[in-house]
Amino acid sequence: MGSGLRRFQDKLAYGLGALCVGVAIVPLASILFEVVRNGVSALSPQFLTSPPGVFGQAGGGIANAIQGTAILLALASAMAVPFGLLSGVYLAEFGDNKYGRTVRFLNDVLTEFPSIVIGILVYSIIVLAMRGFSTIAGAVALAIIMLPIITRTTEESIKIVPSSIRDAAMALGIRRWRATISVVLSTARSGVITGILLAIARVSGETAPLLLTVLGSQFFFNGLSQPIAALPLTIYRDANLPYAFARQQGWGAALVLILMVLGLNIGVRLATRGRYNSLRSRV
Amino acid sequence: MTRTVKEKNSSVRTRSLIRLFERLRQFSTDDFFEISSTLFAAIVVVILALTAVVLTRGSIPAFDAYGISFVFGSDWSAVAGREVYGALPYILGTLVTSAIAMGVGVPISLGIAIFLAEMAPGSIRNPLSQLIEILAAVPSVIYGFWGLLVFRFWIVDLIEKPLSRDFGTIAVFQGTPFGLDILTAGLILAIMIIPTVSSISKEVMMAVPSSQREAAYSIGATRWEVVRIGVLNYSRSGIFGAAILGLGRAVGETMAVTMVIGNAIGPAAFPGSLFQSGQTLSSLIANEFGEANPGSLLLSSLIGLGLILFAFALIINVFAQLMVWKVLRVKGRVE
Repeated sequence: MGSGLRRFQDKLAYGLGALCVGVAIVPLASILFEVVRNGVSALSPQFLTSPPGVFGQAGGGIANAIQGTAILLALASAMAVPFGLLSGVYLAEFGDNKYGRTVRFLNDVLTEFPSIVIGILVYSIIVLAMRGFSTIAGAVALAIIMLPIITRTTEESIKIVPSSIRDAAMALGIRRWRATISVVLSTARSGVITGILLAIARVSGETAPLLLTVLGSQFFFNGLSQPIAALPLTIYRDANLPYAFARQQGWGAALVLILMVLGLNIGVRLATRGRYNSLRSRV
Repeated sequence: MTRTVKEKNSSVRTRSLIRLFERLRQFSTDDFFEISSTLFAAIVVVILALTAVVLTRGSIPAFDAYGISFVFGSDWSAVAGREVYGALPYILGTLVTSAIAMGVGVPISLGIAIFLAEMAPGSIRNPLSQLIEILAAVPSVIYGFWGLLVFRFWIVDLIEKPLSRDFGTIAVFQGTPFGLDILTAGLILAIMIIPTVSSISKEVMMAVPSSQREAAYSIGATRWEVVRIGVLNYSRSGIFGAAILGLGRAVGETMAVTMVIGNAIGPAAFPGSLFQSGQTLSSLIANEFGEANPGSLLLSSLIGLGLILFAFALIINVFAQLMVWKVLRVKGRVE
């Protein structure tokens, strides 16, 4: 009788666990379903290639937002990748001391930091100094969010390079920095690239810091010191407009954004075939 | 003869000089490498320190003008001449929505972690984990858009209307079910923290040595008893850390909340009922930042809200990282 109860408890736990997974998958399924269903009807060549029309009227597209997101991501990557790479190299190669542990710890803290706080930081040091919202401010904010992700993934992918490879390089008589850069780092290359792509995927949907730094725009890119449009900003503004066509445009922009973000994520997963699971779990 | 000795001497000297230079050069490239990467690594420290300084300095005018009542006041008015800003309703809004997110999200996440780490058949473990991780990749603005146009109506029809009909006299269920309120914001946060909390808890459980499980099995435990006795006991502090990390996410999350919470202002934003519009620290910053002029008290007050949020996030994250670290990083090094 006791064993019957225990078996029942076991079954119950199993059922509840499966139920929890189901509960988490329902919203995901609904989001993907609604974005695709409503987004597809908004998509058209004209939607993807023209800027928004006259404010408050139907027509026009999101080409400026797509361009803006691409420019912001390119600039942010150009800033975050060198810093992230070298920080990661430092942590993996020399980081086994008090300073290294502090940096690693603060890096983990920064990864989880509210992105809107980073928006305020960049607003205070760049937007106020330049007397206006600007593309460059937005790129800096996104770079700060990317940095700890790249640092961490670089460190971890260097650490899983077998020490025999480094030993072999050192045995050839080359110097340590040479061994690190040309042998260890290039062995860890696919892990490092995985990290960079995941960081790009993570920031491509960031909205709050952009709201405080680039503001958004109805036009195409107009210089680094000018505001710029971005897909997440378009979605947010469309949500606040009381017109049906704005909803339509919002769904369309959401579809483009989600294709981009999930494309990067799923692409990385397929390309690395789960080799870097440990890198992903915390991004 | 003397000449050749001299020559010999000089060439020896030259050679040793060259060797010295060579060594210096060797030292310097490697040293340069170490020093420069050390400097690059310092950027994280610089960013966090700079954030603390900038937020503190930016909020000084607000604290000067209102003192401690900036934190404990509840009015929010930008009318020129009668400006007054108090953060209390938004602090409470942040705490209440995060509490809902934890109350709903953490048990579900634990169920997912236990199921995926210990119970599910091997063939579906990986696909399901990947699906849950995709939930983390969806941008928060899309959660907000979906929340505003889809999820909100689920909440109204499935939860709020029945509750309001049967229990409408209880304070927390008062108000007209409208869907743009504290409950919807809390539940959307719950969905958003599930991937974080469940994937870290799962990792922590998978780091439990298999001897723990074998010992439990050997005394005849069922699968669930193995989890309860062998795994959960062992990974308690790591799971706690994962939950706190989820709390950190919930506290800082901005866009999804901003789009579904209804954006009340002033005393109306006090979270008295679940069915009432509210406001969090981050949603108010997102809503009002565009209207704040440089040098205004409004801007300083918004930065002050940011400072409070920064303090919350710092305490929560440092605490959580310490908990998770103890389990994952240290264990990883020992293995």
